[in-house]
Amino acid sequence: MTQEVRVDQKAAKLSLSYILVAFIGFGIAAIAGLLQGLDRAQLITLPTWLNYYQILTAHGVLMGLVFTTFFIEGFLFSGIARVQNGKLTPLGLKLGWVGFWVMLIGTVMGVITVLMNDASVLFTFYAPMKASPFFYIGAALIVVGSWIGGWGMFAEYRNWKRNNPGKFSPLFLFTAVATMTLWQICTLGVAAEVLFQLIPWSLGMVDTVNVLLSRTLLWFFGHPLVYFWLMPAYMTWYLIMPKIIGGKVFSDSITRLVFVIFVLLSTPIGFHHQLMEPGIDPKWKFLHVALTLSIAIPSLITAFTMFATFELAGRAKGATGLFGWFRKLPWKDARFFSLFLAMLWFIPAGAGGIINASNQLNQVVHNTIWVTGHFHLTIGTAVALTFFCVSYWLIPHLTGRKMTRTTNELGRLQAVLWSIGMIFMSGSMHTLGLLGGPRRTAGTTYMNDPTALSWIPFHKLAALGGAFLFFAAMLQVGLVLYLAFKAPKGEQEYPMGDVAEDAAETPRILERWPVWISVAVILILVAYGYPIADMIQNPPPGAPGVRTW
Amino acid sequence: MHIHRYEKYWLMFGGGIIIAFIVALFVNAFAMGMTPPSDLQRVDPKKVEQTAPFDKPGLKQVGPNEYEAVMVSFAFGYNPNQIEVPVGSKVTFISTSKDVVHGFQIPGTNVNMMVVPGHVNKVTHTFDKPGEYLILCNEYCGAAHHMMMAKVIVK
Ligand code: HEM
Ligand SMILES: [Cu+2]
Ligand SMILES: [Cu+2]
Repeated sequence: MTQEVRVDQKAAKLSLSYILVAFIGFGIAAIAGLLQGLDRAQLITLPTWLNYYQILTAHGVLMGLVFTTFFIEGFLFSGIARVQNGKLTPLGLKLGWVGFWVMLIGTVMGVITVLMNDASVLFTFYAPMKASPFFYIGAALIVVGSWIGGWGMFAEYRNWKRNNPGKFSPLFLFTAVATMTLWQICTLGVAAEVLFQLIPWSLGMVDTVNVLLSRTLLWFFGHPLVYFWLMPAYMTWYLIMPKIIGGKVFSDSITRLVFVIFVLLSTPIGFHHQLMEPGIDPKWKFLHVALTLSIAIPSLITAFTMFATFELAGRAKGATGLFGWFRKLPWKDARFFSLFLAMLWFIPAGAGGIINASNQLNQVVHNTIWVTGHFHLTIGTAVALTFFCVSYWLIPHLTGRKMTRTTNELGRLQAVLWSIGMIFMSGSMHTLGLLGGPRRTAGTTYMNDPTALSWIPFHKLAALGGAFLFFAAMLQVGLVLYLAFKAPKGEQEYPMGDVAEDAAETPRILERWPVWISVAVILILVAYGYPIADMIQNPPPGAPGVRTW
Repeated sequence: MHIHRYEKYWLMFGGGIIIAFIVALFVNAFAMGMTPPSDLQRVDPKKVEQTAPFDKPGLKQVGPNEYEAVMVSFAFGYNPNQIEVPVGSKVTFISTSKDVVHGFQIPGTNVNMMVVPGHVNKVTHTFDKPGEYLILCNEYCGAAHHMMMAKVIVK
């Protein structure tokens, strides 16, 4: 693979369309985020036509579904083109575009119903709160569109395998397929919920809904969703970062192994979101807790691999001593600097995750704003900063422009502002959560309850963090628009790491998807088969829908 | 597959810690009986007021220093919205919902459970310190979710 491979015009246009929608959604969501923080700190009072839960729904849907899913589709298509001489197949391109439009229509439907205050049910759309059917149909279209894009990527993979019989697929293609495989498996849960439960019920075709089943199907998807966000970030860390720091991909087989483990373990662990819930036997909950803790293993492997990559790159540049490599890293390069901060933030984020997953500790933090603090570190920082950093080189590469010195400096400033914002916001949210402050709750003192009053200073600190984050977000959107439309013409490299020459041979089994998908299905049947069958056969009394907002 | 020697040590160390966590949680849940709130009883959300014990919400003494507080959750409150118990009481909160999903949490304690329509949920806590405890809803349930509260007064 030569250095100068460029993503061709057709693939670039597809990828760029996804990425621009992602950042527009992100920009709007950031405004909502700031307002939420200010409202909770009682620094502003929202006007009567705009309620807290409405903007929270918009923030959650735009950040959690639109920004992430659009960015991921765009990024993966670009990388797949990059490892195939810059080209996508006609079938891949076509499915990519169909997916794009279906997702966009779904997004618009969702956003309109939220703006009309017909869907203030948050992005978790908990039944029996009943939103407009258009909201559920919009959400379903976002998911279906992302499937179609995923089929485009599978088509690329099939095509590659056909043209290269018996060879290992390029790592980027393999990890992209792993990510999309996980996504196709886990979204079956939410698709079943939306298609068979929520849409018929919101249209008035059935009266009541099986709430426990709806929550279980939602969380069947809800946890793997976070790995769907994380895997493209890991792809950047494993495959792109080595090239940026002038090193090599540490190990082909370990990279494949980590992604296979995610495909296997991400889905059968959803009950850890339902630990405080009635109707589920504690033994089933425990099985999910144990599996959840095991998913720390790929993260441990990643921590090792990242430092090994740093050290090897540093030594190749002549670093000596135990930590000499540290100074050889390209700190002045925004493409690396943001990534490093993203990885650093993932360490406390992961530790928080272990706490959330533990069935007894969860009782302390469940549904408190600790959880919000936790995922603003994982997806809101580790993943988001990685995506920002990808945008700095990917967008100019796609538009035939160049990252300038100034964009580089602003990119580094962005990462610093974001980190400062998160120290305040996420730090306060974690503290408030331990004190018992609830999540998803508008500014309130519970009629001057002394406990709730004592939380206000932390809410103010969180709002201060929100202000930093808001400025950083606007800077990021500005950088994206500049790099897409205004930056000087030129060549910007698409960094794609090569595997170290002395890395050991990859075991064949890692490329056998039928094996891994079967194992994943078996694990899901073990973890979910009986409980879901039981919920369907012995349903709890149904709940009629209500609009409580 | 080749795995570096240091990586093996690192995985043995990390994996060992994770196994220790799992064992500790297992012992905690099943040998010491500290499973999270997971009641399996059901009740028709449309008939909460006609179904025992929710037809008579309120506090009931069930033993020396032991109480049951039956509290119906609804948008946006709990019935009853205030209970009084003596210091040192062990209180089991029993709740269900008449409408949507609610939360039931007492900041400063480990009382934290989901209240789902169609199901009954329970959690027990011993109040060793006098004072006013806030019960709040921590699961978004609608426009006045942030007003949904009750109090436990411990004297
Ligand atoms: C400008 C930066 C941001 C600010 C100021 C911000 C602020 C907030 C605040 C104040 C909440 C509500 C807390 C509550 O009441 O529970 C929230 C919720 C949330 N945020 Fe952010 N956030 C930001 C960035 C992000 C990013 C980058 C993501 C993910 C990519 C994200 C995802 C979410 C989600 C999924 C929720 C929960 C919505 C729900 O509960 O349904 N946020 N954010
Ligand atoms: Cu409530
Ligand atoms: Cu509520």
